Amino acid sequence: MNTINAPLKYINEEYVQPPHTACPGCGMPLAMRGLLKALGSKVILVIPPGCGSIIGSYPKRIFRDKGENIPVLSTPLGSAAICAGGLKTALVIRGDTETEVVACVGDGGTYDIGFGGLSAIAERNEDIIYVCYDNELYGNTGAQRSSATPWGARTVTTIPPVAKMENKKDIISIMAAHGIPYLATATIAYPDDLMRKVRKAKDITGFRFLLILTPCVTGWLYRSEFTVEASRLAVETRIFPLLEIENGTHITINKQPEGIPVEEYFKIQGRYRHLTSEEIAEFQGKVDEGWKRLQWSASYGNQA
Amino acid sequence: MNKVITGNEAAAYGALLSRPAVVCAYPITPQSRVVELMAEFHSQGLLKGKFINVESEMDAIGYVIGASSGGVRVFTATGSQGLAWMHEGLHWAAGARLPIVMVNVNRPIAAPWNLTSDQSDSLSQRDTGWMQFYCENNQEVIDTVIQTYRVSESIGLPAMVCLDGVYLSYVAESTEIPDQAMVDRYLPPYEPDFPAGKVTANRYKLWDKSAPEPDSYSTDEFFESRYVLHKLQSQCLDAVLRANDEYKEIFGRAYLPVEEYKADDADVVVVCSGSAVGTCRHVINILREQGHKVGLVKLKMFRPFPKELVRKALAGRKKVAVIERDMIPGQGGVFCQEIKWALSAEQRAVPVYGFVSGLGGHDITAKLVEKAILFTLQEEPPEQDVIWLGLPEKRESDEYDKRSIKIY
Ligand SMILES: Cc1ncc(C[n+]2csc(CCOP(=O)(O)OP(=O)(O)O)c2C)c(N)n1
Repeated sequence: MNTINAPLKYINEEYVQPPHTACPGCGMPLAMRGLLKALGSKVILVIPPGCGSIIGSYPKRIFRDKGENIPVLSTPLGSAAICAGGLKTALVIRGDTETEVVACVGDGGTYDIGFGGLSAIAERNEDIIYVCYDNELYGNTGAQRSSATPWGARTVTTIPPVAKMENKKDIISIMAAHGIPYLATATIAYPDDLMRKVRKAKDITGFRFLLILTPCVTGWLYRSEFTVEASRLAVETRIFPLLEIENGTHITINKQPEGIPVEEYFKIQGRYRHLTSEEIAEFQGKVDEGWKRLQWSASYGNQA
Repeated sequence: MNKVITGNEAAAYGALLSRPAVVCAYPITPQSRVVELMAEFHSQGLLKGKFINVESEMDAIGYVIGASSGGVRVFTATGSQGLAWMHEGLHWAAGARLPIVMVNVNRPIAAPWNLTSDQSDSLSQRDTGWMQFYCENNQEVIDTVIQTYRVSESIGLPAMVCLDGVYLSYVAESTEIPDQAMVDRYLPPYEPDFPAGKVTANRYKLWDKSAPEPDSYSTDEFFESRYVLHKLQSQCLDAVLRANDEYKEIFGRAYLPVEEYKADDADVVVVCSGSAVGTCRHVINILREQGHKVGLVKLKMFRPFPKELVRKALAGRKKVAVIERDMIPGQGGVFCQEIKWALSAEQRAVPVYGFVSGLGGHDITAKLVEKAILFTLQEEPPEQDVIWLGLPEKRESDEYDKRSIKIY
């Protein structure tokens, strides 16, 4: 079942208005572009420190609807989900039930320092959209490890021979275990899929979690023309599955890639260059295992 | 209506009567009853606002930051470790000019672990830009919470209402609970100056509300925002006095930011803040009867520091004794430091005796207060920044011990 090519009406509006200060080859502005195209401008973005806040506001505001700035609430790094929850509550109290409150947070602010608040907002099923743009490291502070960094990857704080020794934290399962109404993964190489999921999230009430893989040119160490390619290969190698999970159990795998070897993905990036062939095989094993588990979970959940 | 209630309950009633739209707080001894009572009010339908069970103090402050940024009145409460856990949010709330009102029940900060009373928790947050008020009794707690919404919303700055753990939080006193209709007259609904669907922090030119929102941020703006935060502090005292006058008109009760008690002709005054003020009043009464020209200055407002009022109250005295339940290692009492600073410009130096007392749950007894005042009357001004008042254990071990002043 391949829903990835479901057409989405082409949207002309541009809510991410360059020039901006993202690194040439950064995947995140593309994610923001798709996100806002699908959401429209009746939103308040909640953005903690990270690349999102920098490129979003320095030196110029880039999230704009024609000549108007789209409101952005900046928050402490560990408080984006929480502040978004409080803000949404306030809007509703003031009679504004339409404005969508959308937290846009990096993996550091999601998997690590903001995790307690994220889990709490999910547990309370507060009515916000939470977007984690996952570049698998702390981009803004110079590409340090986060718990989203994959096993074996180099970052400036996981330096071979002691590259990252732990697996990437399985945020998908963790968030699904909260039983939230909607969870989806997406990445920039598949903009239609991304926008469709944002649209779907928009039509659902309660806590919605979108995990968007956004390649980081300076952290992953690829040539800047390979941004979309890196995103595509993450899916094609089955490292990053495109899926949706409803109410924590009902899993839809949106794309069944053939599963090309992880080396193809590694080849274009510097962060895996130090891996030996044994280590690459070990990584492949983890990916194969993960994919199998995902298929099993999907079939199990869908029987119910 | 008169009711016998604890300080925690007074805080909760004050909050209830102020009609916050969002309430969230995380429990911590000795504050927990505030959270529980707010939940009870909510379940009984008395509290019309949202009651959110949050999972930490960082998230309590985060949630009210979000809600206040969206333009509604909020309430939270904490103490001690919880306040420390909020630290980042405290700076944030002040910098974003959010009129958040918080009750802080003063308790020591670990280590070592201690569940009693100590004002070091909020005093160590003195530089975050929050207003701070310290209450003497439960009536003052309930009245101050209500007044503080007026002050906080008129200036656009957050404020902390502090009450001593155990001594106020757990002690029940007869307290007048103001009538809701009268409170409504005093404290109208909060009207944010931006429409629903926007956020306050979005209006980055916080100091000039009519200015259009800028397309770009610059370093100038940060610098200027600090200029404005500082300037706003000078408006706080006026706002407090005004809020207090209007409160008196409606409710007949008032609390000065700096109150003098039997101090008119006093050569020696003792300065105190919080629940120990009551004990000090009692001791002053006794010493006055014995013919000593002593008086009391109660400091209710600590941030912004009412420097001029403090100077007026203390300049020209022969001696000043500060008795406080807090302590900065290497510095001594926080109030003492600030009072010395306020008096530093005086032509004639006023000797200030800094007594640190009652830490870790020890009572600041009338006997100790009397000893402190008599010491001040009789002894030459000490070189030491700290006079240990009521230190429990007598020991004479090292050089510091020999030099430090201890009153048992
Ligand atoms: C409490 C706190 N600790 C540390 C920082 C410094 N800091 C700013 S952004 C950042 C990394 C954020 O990483 P991530 O959330 O992955 O976003 P990215 O930078 O990759 O966009 C850090 C550590 C901060 N702003 N606040």
